Amino acid sequence: MHQGNFDLSIEEISKIEGQAGLDIKVRSGKIESLKFKIADYKRFYTKAVEGKLAQAVPQQVARICGTCSNAHLLCSIKTIENATKTAPSKQTNKLRELLNHGLIIRDHALHLYVFVLPNLLGKDSILDFDENNKEEHELLHDTFDIKEAGNLLSIWAGGRSVHAPYATLGGFIKLPMDQTHKIVAHLEKIRPRILKLIKIFAADKTNVEEDVVFVALNDPKFNYLSGDIITSQGGKIAPNELFSHLTHVTIPYSQASAYLIGEKKVMVGALARLNLNKDSLHPKTKKDASTELGLFPSNNIFHNNLAQAIEILHSIDTALDLLNNIQITQEKPVVINNKAGIGTGVIEAPRGLLFHQYEITEDGKVQSAKIVVPTGLNQILIEQSLKTYLETKLDLSKDKIALEAEKLIRAYDPCISCASHFLRLKWL
Amino acid sequence: MNKLDIGWFSFTCCEDSTIIFTELLNKHYETWNKVLNFKHVRVLKQQNEDGPFDVSFIEGAVSSDKQAVRVKEIRSKSKYIVAIGACGVMGMPSSQRNQFTDAQNAEIQFLLDRFNYNDKVLKIEDVIKVDFKVPGCPMNEKIFLQTIDQLISKIRLDLARSERSSL
Repeated sequence: MHQGNFDLSIEEISKIEGQAGLDIKVRSGKIESLKFKIADYKRFYTKAVEGKLAQAVPQQVARICGTCSNAHLLCSIKTIENATKTAPSKQTNKLRELLNHGLIIRDHALHLYVFVLPNLLGKDSILDFDENNKEEHELLHDTFDIKEAGNLLSIWAGGRSVHAPYATLGGFIKLPMDQTHKIVAHLEKIRPRILKLIKIFAADKTNVEEDVVFVALNDPKFNYLSGDIITSQGGKIAPNELFSHLTHVTIPYSQASAYLIGEKKVMVGALARLNLNKDSLHPKTKKDASTELGLFPSNNIFHNNLAQAIEILHSIDTALDLLNNIQITQEKPVVINNKAGIGTGVIEAPRGLLFHQYEITEDGKVQSAKIVVPTGLNQILIEQSLKTYLETKLDLSKDKIALEAEKLIRAYDPCISCASHFLRLKWL
Repeated sequence: MNKLDIGWFSFTCCEDSTIIFTELLNKHYETWNKVLNFKHVRVLKQQNEDGPFDVSFIEGAVSSDKQAVRVKEIRSKSKYIVAIGACGVMGMPSSQRNQFTDAQNAEIQFLLDRFNYNDKVLKIEDVIKVDFKVPGCPMNEKIFLQTIDQLISKIRLDLARSERSSL
């Protein structure tokens, strides 16, 4: 154990979405204080949508986050459709699923290949991968091929992989015109590469375990967009009641709202989804990842990486089924009737449970909005597990401690842009 | 010719253009790797250098004095600055609080005070001189690619002129 006293500060944690920092104070070989600081400045979206026509809100709140933008878009649409009792067509639901599978593939691939994998191979960055080394050359090109597959799918379904312009209330303003065979071929081409990725992350033995409540949707087809909220304590929460189960916690040095479920630390995301709902994965995914799925349920935070790799496979398998069976019929979006009411939308964003709730007035305007994002739910646990994990690493050099800290933070795949929106809560 | 030393920096925004940038790598990595040195790109690497840069791409708006100081620092270390995305080029949507009512402002004031926000959110050009702009939310890919080509040509020309004048 390190005998000295030292301080360690990381101003900007690298290879995550958004800006966060970390301050650690070590005294007599023990961590005296540790602060995980969400540093992105707020953009006050939940205030900014007040008084806006509901139709305009999904595209506006998509701008909360670049990488999860289509998750916010789909969650916002679901919220307003629930408030106005609007039922989209079956085709719309399938296209939304495809749009979202594209997001899962692209977003998880960015995280796993670009943010996490270099450290696993002893490199700083994918930019350091040696093109003359067969293994590194292959992984570099897998990185780009797999991200591109997610992009192609989202562009086909929604017009763009970031802030998809075609998805709207009641349906799509423009339907896919292109044939699906190119995307099908691309998805089939990358599928074996994901099996390889799963093996790589299953072989990673890094471990830090936490006593935590996992929370996820339990959709029987694991489609990320529907289902009831369930917890690892055996609880079931109605989506419109989620907010009342959350305890807001003030972290004075963080720009983001943090939460507990009741008094317990919570974790959402791929690890929670596999822990609670792995039986609902696509049959081909379950067959080809059966050994690795045996590791779940798991309390090892680093297994969030493996869980994401398995989810990419599930999204490929499910998207292939959908694409091979879809026949696009020309249809216009269902007309939204203005109705006063409160709507709730809960979906699984790539990083976990995403909650939107709007109060809509009779003239179709949003009067108030609440948004809870995955990183807000995970924030307290991130700090806790950093303490747990780094206490075992204090004999390392400061540079190596910083590297280990970043590796653990990345395992959570935090999204800082999402976390630093605004919720109307007073600081204590 | 030496590679262009580039920096990619994000301020107040959703980082959608950072995502587009990382996705453009899918098709352009091999070409860019020959002509660009990714000297400071936090989303791609942990070991970043803080200049000097031939070109710095700045995404996002400026919410605080602390951010303004950093933007000026990047300007001082860069030959060319490219403002990226809607927030970098025109401030919006990150500057949406500039249009808040007094009642809305009163509700957020405690947060502005706690984290030393400025009264108004600024676009990059409000703080420093900007040489190129890539608008869009997210940034327009076509304009971004044209800007990269334009910068490569421009810096090659600058270099040739400098070599001629030293003869």
